[in-house]
Amino acid sequence: MMQPGLDKLPEITVPVEPQPSAADAAPSAAPSAIRLFLQQRSAGRWADGAFRGLMMLCAFSIFAIVALIVFVLVKNSQLSIHAFGFKFFKGTSWDPVSGDFGALPFIYGTVVSSLLAVAIAVPLSLCVAIFLLDICPRPLRSPIAFLTELLAAIPSVVYGLWAVFILVPIMRDNVGPILEKYLGWTGFFVEPNFGVGMLTAGVILAIMIFPIISSISRDVMKAVPIAQREAALALGATRWEMLRMSVLRNSRLGIVGAIILGLGRALGETMAVTMVIGNHPDILKNLFAPGYTLASVIANEFSEASGDLYLSALIEIGLALFLVTIVVNAIARLLVWAVTRGESAGHA
Amino acid sequence: MSGTRTTRTANMNRLHELRRSAVNHFVTGLAVFSTVLVLVPLVAIVGYLLYKGASSLNLAFFIHVPAPVGEPGGGMANAIMGSAVILALASSIGIPIGIAAGVYLAEYGRGRHLGNLVRFTADVLNGVPSIVMGIAAYSLIVAKQHHFSGFAGGVALAIMMVPTITRTTEEMLATVPHAIREAALGLGIPKWRTVLSISLRTASPGIITGCMLAFARVAGETAPLLFTAFGNQFTSFDMTQPIAALPLQIYVYAVSPYDEWHRLAWAGALVLIAMIMGAVTLVRIFSNRGALQGGH
Repeated sequence: MMQPGLDKLPEITVPVEPQPSAADAAPSAAPSAIRLFLQQRSAGRWADGAFRGLMMLCAFSIFAIVALIVFVLVKNSQLSIHAFGFKFFKGTSWDPVSGDFGALPFIYGTVVSSLLAVAIAVPLSLCVAIFLLDICPRPLRSPIAFLTELLAAIPSVVYGLWAVFILVPIMRDNVGPILEKYLGWTGFFVEPNFGVGMLTAGVILAIMIFPIISSISRDVMKAVPIAQREAALALGATRWEMLRMSVLRNSRLGIVGAIILGLGRALGETMAVTMVIGNHPDILKNLFAPGYTLASVIANEFSEASGDLYLSALIEIGLALFLVTIVVNAIARLLVWAVTRGESAGHA
Repeated sequence: MSGTRTTRTANMNRLHELRRSAVNHFVTGLAVFSTVLVLVPLVAIVGYLLYKGASSLNLAFFIHVPAPVGEPGGGMANAIMGSAVILALASSIGIPIGIAAGVYLAEYGRGRHLGNLVRFTADVLNGVPSIVMGIAAYSLIVAKQHHFSGFAGGVALAIMMVPTITRTTEEMLATVPHAIREAALGLGIPKWRTVLSISLRTASPGIITGCMLAFARVAGETAPLLFTAFGNQFTSFDMTQPIAALPLQIYVYAVSPYDEWHRLAWAGALVLIAMIMGAVTLVRIFSNRGALQGGH
């Protein structure tokens, strides 16, 4: 994400409410008391109340939106939930004609393509974060950071377009044969390789989640106090030892958070994956083989789903996707918050 | 005896030093290599877009509607118009709600549990997959109306804009010094006027940045429009009916088997990217000019 405040985040000091401590009561408690007094005596008390209410309404509409999404997803998937129960997530057949729906192939496809993406993107993102933070010459730093964040601004469908016409042929003609030759014995890379499949989906997802992981882990690494770095350097550590001992160790929680945020994005990504994964509900070990993900099956079949049960099954898939991404994002946010909050407390 | 031991330790020390410095250089090299590796797809994507898109971009693309299969020519005029209408609707719903929620968080909800809860919910909403947003808009609006509509698409995009705008507005308001607010209150200005004319005004460059970023993000969204706006081969401004959108059209053309349509898809992608990059560049200009920098 290109958050405008990301670069400046550490400089923003959160205004601290004056503490009514005994020692410095006079200088710090006074403004607050004056403000309260003025606000209470203000001519616009009623207008103030109304304004506050309006702002609050808008803020609470965020709760309402989330609640409404959950409500419609649960309500509209009742038919499928009652028909299949928990078996829905264990069934492997997806047959709209006979009305038999099982989501396991889609869950498998989603998990495998996302994990593949994370496995490719994490080492690269961390290396780039370290490069930009410590190695890169100053004049190059901001252009490269801007370029990597530009990747985040490219829409999913454009990634898909590029992948269909450029990445797929490369994976089929150049990368595929090499992997098959050297790693074919593992069973993960078995011909025939048409270029569209799980591996290509993983690669395009990796390119898409790279900017998120890289920019957030750069921020949490930046949050490590300078004193920690200097202490390590003063003990004679090389740059790598300093990074390992003071930077990576102190920011590991936030880095894990960044990785999980990237994973959350990969799990829900729709368009680019739909265009290159092959869209075939199989559970195969072979990464060259086509797969299908939760998001892709919704994108492909939702608007032409005939019959209430079919539609309901697709909405249940949406519900599952929603719940999984909510949990993954909540964990990631808590981890990132834990780190950055500790940092702001350390500054104060 | 003791002399040889010292030399041996010295040698081991030297070896150890060498290994440490080798590891250091190796990691440095790895970091440089990875950065280059990551820049390759970026350059490849932008390069191919420019190469493929520019060669198939012409005036007809902007003023004609799609031609039937097999006929050369045609353009995406309807899709560009449709996108503009949908995005205008999304912005006019999403921006006011997002800014107001940000104002609540920064001016009223600071340090309260309720405020933290809103903040957390906004962050989580930000991570909800866009396709799920599409299902929600479908169930709430399309299923009730019994047909696809541009309105449903606009609402889905508006919901996606809210969390980004809320969080940036809050962050930017937090940089406004308290003394300025207190000065306004001291002049007898009511709090609501203080928020509107002092706080929001001081933070406006940053808030505009947030709005543009949210806009840039939803401008390229395809998944929520698949079964809300649905797409349309003809020019239409009727928000209660299916309407064309640029990302949707790119998707349909990209997965089609016709070369002529592939050409149009590349041209469409170039126009879309140009729009988004334009917004991002404006953001850079806005956020660098007149922003409040460390005014404490």
